[in-house]
Amino acid sequence: MDGLTLFGTWIAAFLTLCILSFLYKDNPFYKFAEYLFIGVSAGFWIAYNFHNLLVPNLIDPLFGADGAFPKLVREGQLDIRLLTVIAGLLGITMLFRFFPKVAWVSRYGIAFSVGLGAGLMFIVYLQANCIYQIWGTVQLSPIVITESATGWHFDWGASVANTLLIIGVVSALVYFYFSKEHKGLLGGTARLGIWFLMVSFGAAFGYTVMARISLLIGRMEFLIDDWIKETLIALGLL
Amino acid sequence: MRREIPMIVAFVAGVIIILEFFVPTLRNVAGQLQKWYLVVVAFAILVGAFNLLRMNYMKVRGRRVDWPYSIVLIVGLFAMTIVGIGWGIGQGTVFDWLFNYLMFPMSSTMFALLAFFVASAAYRAFRARTVDATLLLVAAVIVMLGQVPIGSIWVPSWWPDSLVFLTPDWLKDRIMNIFNTAGQRAILIGASLGVVSTALRILLGIERSYLGEE
Repeated sequence: MDGLTLFGTWIAAFLTLCILSFLYKDNPFYKFAEYLFIGVSAGFWIAYNFHNLLVPNLIDPLFGADGAFPKLVREGQLDIRLLTVIAGLLGITMLFRFFPKVAWVSRYGIAFSVGLGAGLMFIVYLQANCIYQIWGTVQLSPIVITESATGWHFDWGASVANTLLIIGVVSALVYFYFSKEHKGLLGGTARLGIWFLMVSFGAAFGYTVMARISLLIGRMEFLIDDWIKETLIALGLL
Repeated sequence: MRREIPMIVAFVAGVIIILEFFVPTLRNVAGQLQKWYLVVVAFAILVGAFNLLRMNYMKVRGRRVDWPYSIVLIVGLFAMTIVGIGWGIGQGTVFDWLFNYLMFPMSSTMFALLAFFVASAAYRAFRARTVDATLLLVAAVIVMLGQVPIGSIWVPSWWPDSLVFLTPDWLKDRIMNIFNTAGQRAILIGASLGVVSTALRILLGIERSYLGEE
């Protein structure tokens, strides 16, 4: 491990310990790391979006080596890419939010992004999350028969699984139907739907806990292997 | 007109994107609009960063509670932005170094910290008082056991295949593939219908909260 990497590891270890110190109580070390994290994250996204969104979609088409403006100056030709100026202007309107007297100008940029986002969401959600999920459910067969060397067999496992899946989706959807009071058959089905949803929430919770635990293990491994062990090696003690 | 024209802008932008799905000839126009969208999104993130900067600057200027930490925030923000925009964000850059040794450790430790709070919240909230709560508790425990080696270690090698349904691995797979899929599928269908109706409300000008106050 070279000197710069070891220096970085020490900084990373210090910040890791600063954040873990919150387990004791809120303290200046935690606050230092918390504010630094927010600042660094904001800076990260500004730089990341500059290079990945603004450069390829605004700066390069207009001012790049073969951009629309150099072409206009060099060859006197109007280029369709000049329309990209509109995107820049819409973006700049967003900054008017900071000036109360002309804050209304920011509505143009916001309206464009909200309207286009709504259009995108309309198609994406309707197709991927609604139609495909319904399609995935209705094409399940509650009776599954499989072929093997000895002939045709009724597949109990797959049949029960498919039947439960269909019952689960329908009953959970019934639970989300609030236009009629949940009584009688509707109430019973909604009750079954809640049970399916509860198992689903429990599973999601279990997965989340395990994901966080694995992150914690990762941080502990970093402190022991990358920080303490590498420092001891650098000092010639290991 | 300060509200009407933005509403028309939102309608036209959204409808072109929806129509493009059915009218492929609109693909070029929609593609161009989506590039513009990315530019506007980049500026929106800039607005958020400016706002963060302004809030913390005011805090420092007014010497309000915890103001010295706001200086740390401002320094971090400027350092990352200047280094990233000035010297690039590729591998081996200073930006990459700052990401690896500042941002990544802090981010993963923040999320790792949640392990403790989730465990403590679960200890307080997970009581098998009702059928619903019991189902949630049992499903969570089985999934957690199925995820770790200890969940399968206790199953001896001679365990009969006919009793495989009593092992955490088997139960976890069934919970994830059947019950979790059913629940998540219903949530996805319900949520997507909500998104679609909200999108329609925005495009038709019924939902106008994004325009702010008059």
